[in-house]
Amino acid sequence: MKFPRLQRRTLTLIAVIVPLLVLFIYVAARSGPLAPIEVTISTVESRTLTPDLFGIGTVQARYTYKIGPTFAGRVKQLDVHVGDAVKAGQVLGEMDAVDLDDRITAQQAAIKSAEAALKQALAKQDFAQTQANRYEQLLAVRGTSEESTATKRQELSIANAALTAAREDAARLRAELEALRAQRGNLRLVAPMAGLVTVRDADPGTTVVAGQAVVEVIDPTSLWIETRFDQISANGLAPGLPAKITLRSRQSHVLAGRVMRIEPRADAVTEETLAKIIFDTPPTPLPPLGELAEITVQLAELPAAPTIPNASLRTVNGKRGVWKLVNGDLTFVPLTLGRADLDGHVQVVNGLAVGDRVVVYSDKILSAKSRIHIVERLAGVSP
Amino acid sequence: MISLAGRDILHAWGKFIFTGVGLGLLIGVTLTMAGVYRGMVDDGKVLLDNSGADLWVVQKDTLGPYAESSSIPDDVWRSIRTMPGVAEAANVTYLTMQVARQSNAGDQDVRAMVVGITAGEAGTPGWPPQLVAGRQITRGHYEAVADIAAGFQLGDVLKIRRNHYTVVGLTRRMVSSSGDPMVFIPLKDAQEAQFLKDNDAILMQRRRTEANPAFNRPGVPGLLDAVIASQTSNSSVNAVLVRIQPEFSQEEVAEPIRRWKRLTVYDRAQMESILVGKLIATSAKQIGMFLVILALVSAAIVAFIIYTLTMDKIREIAVLKLIGTRNRTIAGMILQQALVLGVIGFVVGKISATFAAPLFPKYVLLTPVDSALGFFAVLVICVLSSIVAIRMALKVDPAEAIGG
Repeated sequence: MKFPRLQRRTLTLIAVIVPLLVLFIYVAARSGPLAPIEVTISTVESRTLTPDLFGIGTVQARYTYKIGPTFAGRVKQLDVHVGDAVKAGQVLGEMDAVDLDDRITAQQAAIKSAEAALKQALAKQDFAQTQANRYEQLLAVRGTSEESTATKRQELSIANAALTAAREDAARLRAELEALRAQRGNLRLVAPMAGLVTVRDADPGTTVVAGQAVVEVIDPTSLWIETRFDQISANGLAPGLPAKITLRSRQSHVLAGRVMRIEPRADAVTEETLAKIIFDTPPTPLPPLGELAEITVQLAELPAAPTIPNASLRTVNGKRGVWKLVNGDLTFVPLTLGRADLDGHVQVVNGLAVGDRVVVYSDKILSAKSRIHIVERLAGVSP
Repeated sequence: MISLAGRDILHAWGKFIFTGVGLGLLIGVTLTMAGVYRGMVDDGKVLLDNSGADLWVVQKDTLGPYAESSSIPDDVWRSIRTMPGVAEAANVTYLTMQVARQSNAGDQDVRAMVVGITAGEAGTPGWPPQLVAGRQITRGHYEAVADIAAGFQLGDVLKIRRNHYTVVGLTRRMVSSSGDPMVFIPLKDAQEAQFLKDNDAILMQRRRTEANPAFNRPGVPGLLDAVIASQTSNSSVNAVLVRIQPEFSQEEVAEPIRRWKRLTVYDRAQMESILVGKLIATSAKQIGMFLVILALVSAAIVAFIIYTLTMDKIREIAVLKLIGTRNRTIAGMILQQALVLGVIGFVVGKISATFAAPLFPKYVLLTPVDSALGFFAVLVICVLSSIVAIRMALKVDPAEAIGG
């Protein structure tokens, strides 16, 4: 009666050894470098593509007025503060006149003195005229000498010249007064346009150099976004295209705008194309100048063409292409690519036909000899 | 003919298998340790594979960009692109840092290597060569492709310095040479991240500059702004990755760049020797040392086990001798048992190592070559250790069977 016992023992032994061996074979074949590479497959579809361009920029004002004195001087008063709205022609402040007022008073006195001198010259000329007339008449009746008459004529000429000199002198002094008054007026800081005060750089008492801005006023209706697009992805950027603007402070809110102009001069150092984007309707409240904005410019829709996801692109031996699945075998197909959109779709100009099956995701670098295992989704990736 | 070894194993098979499993776990640890070493080397190799480059152009006389810091102007690629034999040249930056993941449960941070990749299309050197989910970066700013090991999922928002990036694609096995997962972001963002300080630091730097009378001159309005602007911009990259035209050899392209551009150029083999020979040299030696100790300990334990197994049945062996069994048969029995034990141990070890490998935080690579080597090593150790036991068995006096 030994036989059944032995058999049971053998069975248990097999029950232990066989799973162990199966597990071993599974482990050796299905893990490590010998395992097939998991891939996902996508079918090339013909679809239309709406390429977008993405850039970032900062909010800037198109018109910025930097208001300051044209002479070096000291700020006397400044009535506006940052955030104040100002009207065109409004006086914002004034520079210290120093001695200019006194010079105007002196000039006024000088004009009065010149006017008195003019009166004197007028009186002298009047008398000289009378004398000259009298001597002319006397000479006609031989009542005086030729010489005396000539003397009176000469005196009249001198008086005429003196009168002209006095008149011109008065005019000069008046013009000089106007010049001083103009200088006096120039000391006032006047807003050239209606706008918003954004910078107040100096307070009363501060000395500023000629040309230094004391107050900066912007035109709040002229806000635009100075946008930078990488040159490599700026193909098709043109004025008038619609744009979506996302301000950093209002990320959930997409504002509408459009491309106003492409700068004729690109940034050579950063390899970026610069463009100005304007808002369709200025947002309220106004975004602060210098705020970061993300710009997505929508280009016109392209005609339908075979399209692949950009995740399927691989580089093999310096050529860009995809791994195409033909009868279960992998073949690398070099491609000529067309436009791409921001969602990762790329149009294929040459190399693939609609309905071809290509590898999209893979765990490892593929080669033509790779054993593959097609799955719906790669391990570890949540849906 | 009856297999003596088989009979003996069957006689106490439970004990035998448990001993084999125990031995197997030990072998499993040894295999895993070898896997850890291979994983370290592989981390370095995938780093080079994934960059897609044939040549690395770095700052003169540095071992950059992985083993040392290297900094070159970001417009150097243009002149490199014009060198003979260069098919593609792309800027790249590498920066290992903590990357914060924003989630509802609060911010968590993971250590990651942030790679700044130049704008272009998929397949440009430096770009992830393949993805496991999502798509490649299409926007020039604020998008990221992250390695799955960092724990990111598609649509996650991660924070680098003060900017937020949306994860649009996932990769697997894109790691730095120290095994940190990679996060790919556009180059311009990465340049900024490398240089961008926190807002406090920027403010303080601004104040410092303002306090410097050389920069803040009342007679020159605008000078201070220009100085501050130049302080907060960064136009450096760590390396230029070069892909060469197939008809050129690596040295043919590298030499003119070294000579005329006065930059250091490494090819694939040199880069590998830097990574494996210099960057992970000490840690690899450490692991190697540990591996040797483990192998010795395993060998000793196998020897002890076989020795005690033999000693357990020393009486039976004496009986066998008494009934006139030839020495060869007895030696064969012990040897066969040792080999079976070794095979069971190896099978269990291989299985346990394979299942344990993914649990390790860093990559553990079990290569078939290592497994084969391990198998033969186990067999050799078993044979050698059974020799001691065989000597004991052959020396036993048959009288012991009836004596003791």
